[in-house]
Amino acid sequence: MDNYKGKTLSWRLSDGVVELALNRPSANEIGLAMLEDLERLAASLPELESKASALILFSEQKAGFSAGADLRELFEGAQQMDASSAAKGVRAFLNRIHAVLNRLDTSPLTTIAAVHGVCFGGGFELALVCDLIIADKMARFCFPELRLGLIPGFGGIPRLKRDIGNAVVRDLLLTGRSINATKALSVGLVSQLAAEGEALRLARSTAAQTTKFDRTTAAAAKRFIKPLPAEELRREIDIFCELFMRPAVMDGLRKFVENAGPHPYLP
Amino acid sequence: MKTIEQTTDEILNLAATHFKFPRAELQAGDDFYKKLGIDSLQALELLTRLENHFGVELPDYEVQGVSDFHTLAERIQARL
Repeated sequence: MDNYKGKTLSWRLSDGVVELALNRPSANEIGLAMLEDLERLAASLPELESKASALILFSEQKAGFSAGADLRELFEGAQQMDASSAAKGVRAFLNRIHAVLNRLDTSPLTTIAAVHGVCFGGGFELALVCDLIIADKMARFCFPELRLGLIPGFGGIPRLKRDIGNAVVRDLLLTGRSINATKALSVGLVSQLAAEGEALRLARSTAAQTTKFDRTTAAAAKRFIKPLPAEELRREIDIFCELFMRPAVMDGLRKFVENAGPHPYLP
Repeated sequence: MKTIEQTTDEILNLAATHFKFPRAELQAGDDFYKKLGIDSLQALELLTRLENHFGVELPDYEVQGVSDFHTLAERIQARL
């Protein structure tokens, strides 16, 4: 399928480049609907990989790349089940999203995230599967999960640890603070800094460059330099699930979801 | 070294420009959430704009609960 338009995203293949646009109001929150669309993408990857050299992942939402997991859906889903069923449901969701993200992570395509605005939590984890991150100067990266009693659950810690120094991972993870694109560039998270509104244009220029290369060689280079931290990814799911059903987490999620003021509940 | 008044003035200028709000109507003591009618995501935009302008990092926990321009200026001033 060269072109697709789903509920939360769309893609089109043109000139050897797949452009994948996230488009779920208000900030590309990742819930079941986006997972299903991402699974459609994963199923279409073999065909796309036979025709393309690169994939660009970007957002059509003004707020940014993605605000992360759909915490409202997560919380409300957990409330409708007994504890055991909720735990199973969360683990099933994580297994599915990990399968999709691992597939994207190891795709032979050269993958580029063009990031603007918020790139938080699960959205940050989605960007981290890409080989390159090109960020608008107004982009902001964050793992806020500890502020709600959780850890990132979509593979963020192992992938970030693979890509940059452990001290930076600890800073982001253990403080829950957000960093801007200039800082992200300085620590090696971002590969190119774009002027405001220019990240997608730079990503297209970079993707066009990759179409000049022999695909077998590019794929071999990627396999060599970017191993999947499979064991750590599996362990991350276990830790997340152990933490998720604690009353403190449910209480934090409730406050976050029910908060109607301008300041989000993020301790 | 900038004075706190200079820093505050630059913040007010940046906020007015970014949110297309009349500069003359902004004061140091204003609650920027209420005065500019912005939400938390837009406040993050302002934070990023300020970090880029002043060349500092402002961790979220340093500005958590801060809603007036003067206190924001104090937080920035401490990192200049």
